[in-house]
Amino acid sequence: MKKLLSGNEAFALGAYHAGVMVAAAYPGTPSTEILESIARFDDIYAEWSTNEKVAMEVGLGAAYAGVRALVSMKQVGLNVASDPFMAASITGINGGLVVIVADDPGAFSTQNEQDTRHYAKLSKVPMLEPSDSQEAYDLMAVAFEISEKFDTPVLVRSSTRISHSKSVVVTNRSLVTSAKQASFKHDVEKYVMLPVHVRLRRPLIEERLVRLTAYAETFPRNHIFWGELKLGVVSSGVAYQYAREVFPNACFLKLGMTYPLPQNLLRQFAEGVERLIVVEELDPFLEENILAMGIKVAGKEFIPRIGELNTGIVEEAGHRAGLVAEPSRRKIALPQGLPGRPPVLCAGCPHAGIFFVLNTVGQRSKLLDARGKAEEEGKLIITGDIGCYTLATYPPLRAMDTTACMGAGIGQALGMEKAGVGSKVVAVIGDSTFLHSGITGLVDAVYNKAGVTIIILDNGTTAMTGHQDHPGTGISAKGKKTEAVELERLVRGVGVDDVKVVNAFDMKALRSAVRSSLDNTELSVIIVRGACSVRLRKRSGHRAVDMDKCDGCEVCLRIGCPAIQKLDEQVCIDATLCAGDACTICEQLCPKKAIGPLTAVGESK
Amino acid sequence: MKKRDLLMVGMGGQGIVLASDILGEVALAAGYDVKKTDTLGMAQRGGSVVSHVRIADKVWSPLIKEGEVDLLVAFEKLEAARWSYYLREGSVAIVNNQSTPPLSVSLGTHRYPGDKDIEDTLKRWAGRVCFVNGTHKAEKLGDLRTLNMLMLGCVSSFLPIDVDIWKDCISQRLSPNILKMNMAAFDQGREEMSSANLR
Repeated sequence: MKKLLSGNEAFALGAYHAGVMVAAAYPGTPSTEILESIARFDDIYAEWSTNEKVAMEVGLGAAYAGVRALVSMKQVGLNVASDPFMAASITGINGGLVVIVADDPGAFSTQNEQDTRHYAKLSKVPMLEPSDSQEAYDLMAVAFEISEKFDTPVLVRSSTRISHSKSVVVTNRSLVTSAKQASFKHDVEKYVMLPVHVRLRRPLIEERLVRLTAYAETFPRNHIFWGELKLGVVSSGVAYQYAREVFPNACFLKLGMTYPLPQNLLRQFAEGVERLIVVEELDPFLEENILAMGIKVAGKEFIPRIGELNTGIVEEAGHRAGLVAEPSRRKIALPQGLPGRPPVLCAGCPHAGIFFVLNTVGQRSKLLDARGKAEEEGKLIITGDIGCYTLATYPPLRAMDTTACMGAGIGQALGMEKAGVGSKVVAVIGDSTFLHSGITGLVDAVYNKAGVTIIILDNGTTAMTGHQDHPGTGISAKGKKTEAVELERLVRGVGVDDVKVVNAFDMKALRSAVRSSLDNTELSVIIVRGACSVRLRKRSGHRAVDMDKCDGCEVCLRIGCPAIQKLDEQVCIDATLCAGDACTICEQLCPKKAIGPLTAVGESK
Repeated sequence: MKKRDLLMVGMGGQGIVLASDILGEVALAAGYDVKKTDTLGMAQRGGSVVSHVRIADKVWSPLIKEGEVDLLVAFEKLEAARWSYYLREGSVAIVNNQSTPPLSVSLGTHRYPGDKDIEDTLKRWAGRVCFVNGTHKAEKLGDLRTLNMLMLGCVSSFLPIDVDIWKDCISQRLSPNILKMNMAAFDQGREEMSSANLR
């Protein structure tokens, strides 16, 4: 059967057809849809874990119990999960354990651009790389077989372009494996990594690598396509597709397994061609490993190591290397001077009000006005992390000073305060990220008597990645009702005395909660609660501007609400975007009381 | 059929990803190889969105090369100008007549380009620029959100694929209670292009 599937959908279907029983993940672009797709299969246990480390541990437990398990995450997620992942390498598994990690070349939605292939070398486990959805589907069965055959977790590297592109998939398998009964075989020398056992297992890992290297030679998805012998291209992943288009007549060694590398196959290929190059995305991982074999090869001297590749970039690079004629097409000139359209907080976003308050209380708008003039200091330092609220960094809100990784803001705030930074420090964090890894920071802040304010922005979902549930929502990845973790009880439970819960759309309450917390020299937590506006089912009471009352002060524009627009020197509200009664922040802020429900404003005219 | 590289652009929330998904499925159903990919600034609403759809007997890269697009389908005028450098010489641009100023324009730090600027930018490469009153027409049909099917109707005039295949694929993707209105929007789009002879 032929289907048009995204890489992520293909991973899920391929794993399902390979008999996977347990799947765990934390949402993160571009990997999110793998777990979302797999959760739809009734006969698989699938969960959103609180973070990637937990997901890895769940997968590892299932694999120890003898069933096939899938763990998926984005590239920075593997940093969080690296501890149990490295442990999995040394204990090995029992049932197959496949870990899909989606890289983000070009950093479309990540704080970092990192090449996951290095983790394969670090952990001494095999790395597979599909180059389209068909291979994503096919490789799942192969990955589980390798995992079980060699008693190792298997890494599969995806990328934004593989995960989120759709291409044709012919499904050639259907679920044949009957559900395997989980059972655990006691084996302390294998599963309990006391130093004495580590020393026993360490040589096994090296032996496994030797066997894997031999296996790589015959791995059917390391494939040579012979063409004109003048040029040989070694490539993997989506880079292979670009290279194939730019060098249509060249010879190709397409690597489906990029660690360990097939040495003999590479030598045979290198000897068969006049010139050898590597086309790979991000780091010179293949290039350096091939050079280390004593094979002459080039690549990163003309192919960029930063950002996503595409056909045009590979073509330009090929030209610089003297491999293809200068691209004959016209020189591309980008249109100049167009206003950008960066993503913004949505109309009716529950984060807008609190950020407006932080902006004004911290006098940060004034800094915006004085930009380029006086070097003033804001009255507040705001540490943050990854989520929709990171968008509050942009004008007009400008209410974010740091973003390192998920959960980092609380520890950073503590560090700044203890360093004696002088200004009051506020950490903002989402509900999902708080449960992901903010909670350990909070425990630290309690224990070490931090005098900071922590604001948990609770919109009841993991909004940035597309509204996945988490332990605070009380809904499982399968859409079933479950126990919800109540944030205020949790926060009080670890020892915070000053805990306030505030309605995200009540500006007066927000302002007074922030003021009171800032006055408190001890640790305080404000939970700002309001539902994500994208999930708002029914919208009513759209707001409008009464032009007779409006004096054009533009306070409403400072909320950064995309529904409030200025057209022809007049401020107006786009009724199709406005969240209406559910929000009303602009109405509460307008000094001239010129904003009200569309009907009321209409009547007053 | 020769290769067809189509770029669908606009803003988050306009239904571009769904429209390009359906376009891909139509091409598959018509027997072509197809690859499509969406590049989104971030998984958030309101940002600039672009979908690449490549249709041919064999497609390698999922991304279209700059300067190689055969048909640009823009759901918003500023976005049409932004992505115009992807057009090949003599290509076609279908542009929905809608201006949505980004925040930087509302805040007064940037200027929204005039219609003439936008048309001139596109005309540098496009052999033909068709403006469509899509938003207005979709609203008249009863729901703004049918704009994506209206634009898809416009696209259908560009590809030598039987209209029944289009309608089949749309029926499979949309829920029955909104199908009728969306089908009307699709037909409206076809009608807009009926005299254009884009193939």
